Amino acid sequence: MKILVVDDFSTMRRIIKNLLRDLGFTNTQEADDGSTALPMLQSGDFDFLVTDWNMPGMTGIELLKHVREDERLKTLPVLMVTAEAKRDQIVAAAQAGVNGYVIKPFTAAVLKEKIEKIFERVDG
Amino acid sequence: MAALELDSSAGEFEKLFGEKAKELTNRLENNDIAGAVGMIQDLQKVRDENLYQEIGRLTRALHESIKNFKLDSNVGAGSEIDEAHEGLAYVVDMTAKAANKTMDMVDAALPLSEGISTEAVEIKQEWQRFLKKEIAPSEFRDLTKRITVFLDNTEVNTKKLNGNLNDILLAQDFQDLTGQVIQKVTTMVTDVESRLVNLVSMAGHVDEMTGIQHNSIETESEVDDPTKGVGPQINAEDKEDVASNQDDVDDLLSSLGF
Repeated sequence: MKILVVDDFSTMRRIIKNLLRDLGFTNTQEADDGSTALPMLQSGDFDFLVTDWNMPGMTGIELLKHVREDERLKTLPVLMVTAEAKRDQIVAAAQAGVNGYVIKPFTAAVLKEKIEKIFERVDG
Repeated sequence: MAALELDSSAGEFEKLFGEKAKELTNRLENNDIAGAVGMIQDLQKVRDENLYQEIGRLTRALHESIKNFKLDSNVGAGSEIDEAHEGLAYVVDMTAKAANKTMDMVDAALPLSEGISTEAVEIKQEWQRFLKKEIAPSEFRDLTKRITVFLDNTEVNTKKLNGNLNDILLAQDFQDLTGQVIQKVTTMVTDVESRLVNLVSMAGHVDEMTGIQHNSIETESEVDDPTKGVGPQINAEDKEDVASNQDDVDDLLSSLGF
């Protein structure tokens, strides 16, 4: 399982990577915004994308839209982990095809639950 | 203080203006045209004098504000705004350092505590076998050696763990320092706001006397572009359009058929 973690803050990337490692996902890579992440996704064989929303350059929601428009990436499971908590935004993310939405600050248990749920659905 | 002064000066102007206007009507009613023309000139004079005064006040206040902002010709450098910038950059830097240091310490501590835990589980299993007398004498010798090594390692590793925990504790000192900087910036922002409000109200008096009307400045409704992201919500509980916790998010998503 190869995972890309996208967040503009290196500390948050590190926290998410550590939590993923705790859940047994050790093959993770990082990007600091959507415009760095998209080419990585397009050229690498990632199985899962965890992205923040608010980032300079390309935001997470734009990245999600690009992923869904890309023939090869459109089924990639995407988990949004973000401080963006407006109802409109959550609805917009759902409409754009997000697979899970976690708001910061979050706990390890919530992240685990959402990731497991996503893979249950993807596998099932 | 300045605001009080302002109001009284504006009130004086209106009073004087009112008095002169009354006199003007009196003179007109009494057909004293020459007197009335004089009055009009007086009125003009009162307005002009007050206008000059107000503009003088406004200019002085503007000067004072600029001085207080410490904005000088080399724009920005050394000003309060610049200080606030630097202060906030320091906060970002300090919090990042503290977070990284804490995570470094945790990363270094985890293998130690995991090691102690794994070894303890294994030794416990052997120990249980020994208590049930299921262990051969040669195995027992190995076990005692293993226990000795384990105790030695545990002594060393728990010392390291204590050290890491203390370092984690110390890494929280950023809270005090960043708190002070943020408080300073908050005070500065409040101060700047009150000075700006003061300037705006002074400029308002000038507008009144000159009869200048501004096209209602289109307060560019800074509609946050939600696709750009608006950052964390403060007081999310009080806002209708905001999910205040993960349960809210989950409820919303499930109502959308998630």
